Amino acid sequence: MSLSAPLRRSLLPRSYRSIVPRYPCLTRRCLSSSAAAAAEAPREPEGTKEVPMTVGDGGPGTSRPVKQRPGSDRLVFPGAVNSKFTNRLQFRKYDPERAIDTYRVMDTEGKIFDESHGLDFDKLKDQCLKMYRSMVSVSIMDQIMYDSQRQGRISFYIVNAGEEGIAVGSAAALTEEDAIYAQYREAGVLMYRGYKMDEFINQCFANKKDHGKGRNMPIHYTSKSLNFHPISSTLCTQLPHASGAGYALKMEGKQACAVTYFGEGAASEGDFHAALNIAATRGCPTIFICRNNGYAISTPTLDQYKGDGIASRGLGYGIDTIRVDGNDTWAVYKVTKEAREIAIAQQKPVLIEAMSYRVSHHSTSDDSFAYRARVEVEDWKRRDNPITRLRKFMELRSWWDQDRDSQLRSQTKSEILKTINVAEREKKPPISSLWEDIYDVPTNDQRRQMEELRDVLHRYPQEYDVAQYDGGEDGVVSKR
Amino acid sequence: MRRKAISSLLSRVHRHGQLSAIAPAPRLYSTHPPNAKLNLPPQFNKTAYLSHTAATTLANPELPAEIRDTGSTTRLNLYQAVNSALSTALSTDDRAILFGEDVAFGGVFRCSTNLMDKFGSNRVFNTPLNELGIIGFGIGYASHNPANTAIAEIQFGDYVFPAFDQIVNEAAKYRYRGASDFHCGGLTIRMPVMGVGHGALYHSQSPEAYFSHVPGLKVVVPRGPLQAKGLLLSSIRDRNPVIFMEPKILYRAAVEEVPTDAYTIPLGKAEILTPGTDITIISYGTPLYTVELAAKAAQETLGVSVEVIDLRTVYPWDKETVFASVKKTGRCLIVHEAPRGGGVGGEIAASIQEECFLSLEAPVGRVTGWDVHMGLIFEQFNVPDVVSKWNFRAPETTCVYLCADISS
Repeated sequence: MSLSAPLRRSLLPRSYRSIVPRYPCLTRRCLSSSAAAAAEAPREPEGTKEVPMTVGDGGPGTSRPVKQRPGSDRLVFPGAVNSKFTNRLQFRKYDPERAIDTYRVMDTEGKIFDESHGLDFDKLKDQCLKMYRSMVSVSIMDQIMYDSQRQGRISFYIVNAGEEGIAVGSAAALTEEDAIYAQYREAGVLMYRGYKMDEFINQCFANKKDHGKGRNMPIHYTSKSLNFHPISSTLCTQLPHASGAGYALKMEGKQACAVTYFGEGAASEGDFHAALNIAATRGCPTIFICRNNGYAISTPTLDQYKGDGIASRGLGYGIDTIRVDGNDTWAVYKVTKEAREIAIAQQKPVLIEAMSYRVSHHSTSDDSFAYRARVEVEDWKRRDNPITRLRKFMELRSWWDQDRDSQLRSQTKSEILKTINVAEREKKPPISSLWEDIYDVPTNDQRRQMEELRDVLHRYPQEYDVAQYDGGEDGVVSKR
Repeated sequence: MRRKAISSLLSRVHRHGQLSAIAPAPRLYSTHPPNAKLNLPPQFNKTAYLSHTAATTLANPELPAEIRDTGSTTRLNLYQAVNSALSTALSTDDRAILFGEDVAFGGVFRCSTNLMDKFGSNRVFNTPLNELGIIGFGIGYASHNPANTAIAEIQFGDYVFPAFDQIVNEAAKYRYRGASDFHCGGLTIRMPVMGVGHGALYHSQSPEAYFSHVPGLKVVVPRGPLQAKGLLLSSIRDRNPVIFMEPKILYRAAVEEVPTDAYTIPLGKAEILTPGTDITIISYGTPLYTVELAAKAAQETLGVSVEVIDLRTVYPWDKETVFASVKKTGRCLIVHEAPRGGGVGGEIAASIQEECFLSLEAPVGRVTGWDVHMGLIFEQFNVPDVVSKWNFRAPETTCVYLCADISS
């Protein structure tokens, strides 16, 4: 008993109909056993238009119809639409000799390799000075805040040493419309965007001017006005957020993208896969910037992954990907600029892997000489540094000199010290901040708990140090 | 020692000239009020809940006879005791492996120090940074052969959540769905938990309640080195998946004389730390040390005799010991750092009212973290302290009943 093709098709979901005639074997296998039932099925009206099956729905250019031509040298699988047949059994292997290239614009002496970069440096002079100042500011702030932690003035700190170029170079290529989802070593992004020194320092000192209301560990910055989402200590959780935010920008029709930063260690988390895959399938204008600095606390990249870094994974998701020298701030700038154009014009994600070296310890809680040689670090420091490199670039153009550099450094230093002096004397946020912002409004239970604590503080004033909190005991109960 | 370290750092900084322009006396981010009488820092060198001499250690009736009779002791802190138990587990069980983020160099809390050197990098190794991978991998290793032992480290309890699916749907249910033909009982999951003074949202959580709702899992929290060494070895050898939560502030703070040789302490058994007659206080981990101070203050100021119980195994917990105690005292207070709502205390309180209703002289009370996240500079107001345990805050609280009883 044979079925006519239109009848056969009518048994399949609409989306599969177009595929059936191209898979006669599949049709037979699936349908012959239910042929009797099929005979009773209502006949599809004549002239029903065949809906072509498509694959890829992630935006313009990613969807195409599946068509199987007779005698083709390849079979069109829905999951691999252009795979040739071969009779050669061969596993594809990772070849470390053929790693993805690292894009560079200038060498370690600040010299430009060739002019194919397309950057008009003369027009970028002001921007260059801003980039350099931002990097130096981050670096000096880091030294002073690191020491502050060592003195017990603040509880924790993470420095950006060696990676200032990635944060600043990329930030310079973005606009404030672009939403930032950072990890924790990207102070340069904020610095370039105009986060003020007192905003950094108030956050680290957790005083009442801290935008995060004293709740977060130091360096967990947030800035609504700079479109910089609050940092979480958990690793890689921000990546899918950037995919979702990119999608939101797409839905709004904005000429902007979402940008997220993470380390090569964080890229081992499932969130990385989730984020890139969903961004690719939904065509999200999202830029994923990986800072591959060689270490996840003590874990070297050797224990973190096999294969060609993080960049090689982007291709697996069908994402435009580039690897860049993270110490070359111009290269980072250039690739981010291009990535932004791709993301917005083509409405799809881009992956950038910026290579650098974590010159610092992981954080103030870490002593990296327990797992790597001091000489390794010194060697890197001597060899290359994004700040020195950009400075040499500027000096070659006579945009900068030793005097200006010393002046910038001493001014920045004294501004930071003054700011710390003020920040340390500020009150802490009111104790009610412990309960506020957990929900849009505190629950009745939470309000009772505030009253309970106020009662305790009132009865035992000598047992608590409430004077340093704004409003003291009166600040316990939320006014909201 | 610490002061010396700080002063040397200060001099280093001043040499650099960085901070010399700032007021000389740094204001520390965490302090105890100068006139406090109750809210004092726990004195780990004096607490009765740690054993400070070899004699008291060897008198512990839970230890095997051969250790008590002929054993020696070593002064260890909590991370060293964990290290010792891990070393024993690896040396007595060829099929035991130890892994997690940064484990190879000794772990961020130093618990696995030297173990890779001792047992080789096939048995002690770093994993990529992926918690669900760590736990799933451990389940796979343990379920492959019931004799296999997988000891997984999650770097902070706050970071266990990506592995929640693997723990709740896989580890806990493997035996059930495989009718014991397959199980991953050889899996032990270690993680540091609880407050540390400045850990904020993501380095302070106490996630025990999430796992104390899942049949098939055991949840264990030691209070100090001696307990940790015995309980961890039991957890590793127990053929059920065990979540072993190490209070991180105690890693260095809690030091005691620990039997040098290996021993186990049974799971599922609470310990009465201080016998008493008027009220039972149940806790586990870090808060036990403020419970001790509160109990002392209650004895001195109110003449109240407190029975303190260390639950040790938080799930499934030792109901016999708890019920017997509450039936004797008639009052009970449960103390934990985790938020109150849905916390372990609620389950214990409910069980007590079911079993001990007629013996109760007062409602069962809870002193816990508020229903909040751990805001960095608000930790002192969130973590249960001595005062919060004895604040007679509202007429319905346990202690008011207690106080009224005593004064009448």
